[in-house]
Amino acid sequence: MSPLLDVEDLRVTFATEDGLVHAVDGISYSVDTSKTLGIVGESGSGKSVSSLTTLGLTRNQGAEISGQILFEGQDLASMTDDQLRRIRGNEIAMIFQDPLSSLHPFYKVGAQLVEAIRIHRDVSSSTASDRAVELLELVGIPDPLRRVNQYPHEFSGGMRQRAMIAMALANEPKLLIADEPTTALDVTVQAQILALLDDLQRRLGMAIIIITHDLGVVAETADEIGVMYAGRIVEHGSTAQIFNTPQHPYTWGLLKSIPRLDVMRDEELVPISGRPPSLIHRPSGCFFHPRCPYVRDEHRRIDPRLEPVPSDTDHQVACLLEPEVRTRIWRGLKEGQTPASLRPLASESNPAATAGTSQSGAQGGGE
Amino acid sequence: MTLDGVTPLLEVRNLVKYFPITRGIIFQKQIGAVKAVDDISFAVPPGETLGLVGETGCGKSTTARLLVRLLDPTSGQVLFDGEDVAQHKGPELKALHREVQMIFQDPYSSLNPRKTIGSIIAEPFAIHDMYAGSGERKQQVQELMDRVGLNPEHYNRYPHEFSGGQRQRIGVARAIALEPKLLIADEPVSALDVSIQAQVLNLLKRLQREMGLTLIFISHDLSVVRHMCDRVAVMYLGKIVELASSDALYSFPRHPYTGALFSAVPVPDPGGGKRQRALLSGDVPSPANPPRACRFHTRCPKAQELCWTEEPPLEDKGPGTLAACHFPLTREEVEQQLPAALTAAQASSST
Repeated sequence: MSPLLDVEDLRVTFATEDGLVHAVDGISYSVDTSKTLGIVGESGSGKSVSSLTTLGLTRNQGAEISGQILFEGQDLASMTDDQLRRIRGNEIAMIFQDPLSSLHPFYKVGAQLVEAIRIHRDVSSSTASDRAVELLELVGIPDPLRRVNQYPHEFSGGMRQRAMIAMALANEPKLLIADEPTTALDVTVQAQILALLDDLQRRLGMAIIIITHDLGVVAETADEIGVMYAGRIVEHGSTAQIFNTPQHPYTWGLLKSIPRLDVMRDEELVPISGRPPSLIHRPSGCFFHPRCPYVRDEHRRIDPRLEPVPSDTDHQVACLLEPEVRTRIWRGLKEGQTPASLRPLASESNPAATAGTSQSGAQGGGE
Repeated sequence: MTLDGVTPLLEVRNLVKYFPITRGIIFQKQIGAVKAVDDISFAVPPGETLGLVGETGCGKSTTARLLVRLLDPTSGQVLFDGEDVAQHKGPELKALHREVQMIFQDPYSSLNPRKTIGSIIAEPFAIHDMYAGSGERKQQVQELMDRVGLNPEHYNRYPHEFSGGQRQRIGVARAIALEPKLLIADEPVSALDVSIQAQVLNLLKRLQREMGLTLIFISHDLSVVRHMCDRVAVMYLGKIVELASSDALYSFPRHPYTGALFSAVPVPDPGGGKRQRALLSGDVPSPANPPRACRFHTRCPKAQELCWTEEPPLEDKGPGTLAACHFPLTREEVEQQLPAALTAAQASSST
């Protein structure tokens, strides 16, 4: 059976005065019912644009879109606005980062929920109001009968996000896209919201795409993870694969640059040098090469493709380093060595490369 | 409060800040107060990094602003080098600002967009009439830029030409220009991308080593605080609820609120994060009308009658940990709530 959502070679570009912005550059992913896909990346990596495009929300912004977005076999990318409107908020719903700016300040929360229901369902307003109360109760808002008649400003940040989730769930969507759903919230409230999403997914069986920059959040929620950099997915695998045997230097960089509660305190952070590239004037070859500590000359020319890792075919990576070299580097990084000491070129005299396989990999790098 | 005989660089005694809530336009009448900071005391010895953590509205940023005297305290003392600076004004305040500087959260709104980087960083010199010769001043500024990892040739550029991480470096350069003794960093990395965060954190650590700075580091991010700080104060609704060394706090939190905070942090380790989560219900109550007695009792899983009749004092609960709680967490409770990986890391560090 084909997956619920199947995105194939999606490309989104925006024409601006300065040139063409390649916001999303040929990404493919899929999600299935009851599964959670995490998309991780920094600002400007294209993670939000790709999901907005799924719902047709970039159409009015002059986006050039190509590729396929198959939802239950239908291509959302080639649908008319009218057809798409029937799916959006109904079968696919989205929650946004900032709940204050996504709720209308002039209307009562209940009225906004009723609107979301009645757009897609032919029901009386009293039935819809009852449903609104039910929804607020579902997302754990205390005293829902009173709360439906309140305005968004009377809600706290966490409750607004719950109200947003209630609105997204109004029509029991099959797919929920959550774009940084907890970034604006405090940790204790974040934990509540993540637990709520998890619980709702178990009860309603929907698929979730969670977009975030927080590796902790995806580790706890996602089944599969796509790591995005400069408009592309540079690594894709199960959550365990991404965290236990990450393959891409960018993923290593992310994992080593965050301070963690579960490692020793004195461990030095290893930041990724430089900053994300411009999406108008993109680097040649591998997009990550200007920031990659393991770059070789040919990486400036050859553009890597997302390919399966030989030892683990459902784990894909777009990196030109040999698999053995990657294994050796990640092992070294985990032991707390610096990226400089693990450079493929310098590795022949590197005492860290002891295993036979890593030696041969290192020689490959020395060419 | 003295710390093992060391004279603290900064000592805060019973610091209070209430923001009045008023009604009426011309004849304003005070009808209440937001108790942003309500009677806190702590001391920071020279060279130490003290972390202030807590959620939105707990008073951590207000505390920072009171310490740099961007706000006037309602009552209480701020002793800097033994001198009470809480009521300083005019020239005295200006002199204080040579010693105490601040780094702000938002690198976009804390730099004047109409000024060049050179003049932004030179501003402290202009205010304090230092390095009056323009050549000399420029040289000083360029040395500072080099020190924080900016290209000195970018002296004449404007803030919009820099990325968030670089702007935060500009803010750091401006803050260390006068070689202050105390630097207060209010959420210095929360507006930055993860890969850039580490660059700024490493910079702050390096500068602290090189200049012997005392640092007060404010953040809502518990992992960042643990990485940066020697001691940590946890705030809740204007009060310090727990104050302990970083190692003690993170291995054995005593206040149920601290425990709940730790338990809520998502750990980037699938499988390792399995634990019984102590999820707090509800939101932080309003600081305009905080709960009576122990302010945490409305959300506390361990609250008993005593908690809403009597306010617990901040007192010693074991080696080096101060906590304000009648019924502090026990070893077993901590082990249940915290991520397995966390307790494992601590076990290996304590042996």
